Amino acid sequence: MMRTVLSYIEELLISNDLVTSFLVVGICTLFASQISKRLFKGRVHASAIAIALALLASGLAGAVTGGSKGVADLPVLSGIGILGSSMFRDFAIVSTVYGASFSEFKKCGLTGGISLFAGVITSYFVGVAVALAMGYRDVTSLATLGAGTVTFIVGPVTGAALGADSVVIALGIAAGLIKSIVVMVITPFVAKRIGLTTPKTAMIYGGLVGSVSGISAGLTAVDPELVPYGAMTATFYTGLGCLLCPSILYGAACLIFG
Amino acid sequence: MIIYGTAMVAFCYFAGSIIGELLGKVLGVSANVGGVGFAMLLLLLVTERILPEQKIRPATKQGITYWQGMYLSVTIAMAASQNVFQALKGGMFAILAGVLAVGVSISLIPLINRLTGDRQFKTGERT
Repeated sequence: MMRTVLSYIEELLISNDLVTSFLVVGICTLFASQISKRLFKGRVHASAIAIALALLASGLAGAVTGGSKGVADLPVLSGIGILGSSMFRDFAIVSTVYGASFSEFKKCGLTGGISLFAGVITSYFVGVAVALAMGYRDVTSLATLGAGTVTFIVGPVTGAALGADSVVIALGIAAGLIKSIVVMVITPFVAKRIGLTTPKTAMIYGGLVGSVSGISAGLTAVDPELVPYGAMTATFYTGLGCLLCPSILYGAACLIFG
Repeated sequence: MIIYGTAMVAFCYFAGSIIGELLGKVLGVSANVGGVGFAMLLLLLVTERILPEQKIRPATKQGITYWQGMYLSVTIAMAASQNVFQALKGGMFAILAGVLAVGVSISLIPLINRLTGDRQFKTGERT
């Protein structure tokens, strides 16, 4: 009897996956806000806790299922994968701009552009330097690993263009993933110290760090009003990375290490 | 009608991704270059410049602000469907490169902020 009820509920949740995800995310948010209030007395923002818990859950789920989509690989939670897809993410990001100020974007446009270039170049060379330290010497691998550190999309694009080894490409993707996870987790904690309180610094931040997922999650936990500013520059980051990494930055790596 | 607001976001979303796709083609990059960014600019232009504030009905606004409000939930769902396990399995290179890249990038924020003139804008001033 109990078993049939449970399997009925399971079937119900699976066949209504997106609705299930509304319920699950709602419960998780409630849980996170209780932890924030009771355990941290409000000093750690509820959304930061919710995101950290979500990352933890996806790591555990990955270990259990061996899949690549975190908790979304569990049939009951497959709706989480829909709600958290890039389609919903980008759609929601676009909506956040409503109510923001156009003149603000215009005033800080140049600054945003400068930080984009600075950001792609910085991450690339940090990745190259770490790869060197780990014993990689061939320029193709160095450039692919550097590009992967830029974002997990730029890595495979560059690697494919340069004909890099698939193991190296996978490693670059992992670096990009770690980067976006680190951004999600640490942003709320460093926000005050780096002056992340104005639209302008949010735009610089988006340009320097770049990961749209990381930036949007990180800024939500700091101040939701800053999200559109950071996300705006961050959305150009991957494109710029795909432009610079297989061309100019690969050339630079060739000149230095070739 | 609430759907007008949501449809407006959807229209900008597609227009933006088409622009981003074309820009990628022009630049010879196999990626969408700033599609979401262009979509945001477009929505901002439409809601701030083209349609005067009083022309947008409250219900229409709700169709946009609902998704603004849902944003956090989408973010949490996104975090829960990241490939965290794979990332951690990437080992020392992935962890070192990822952490250092964020550390170095973030430490540049105050520098760029100062270099480009310390104009302070408060979020409260938005119109």
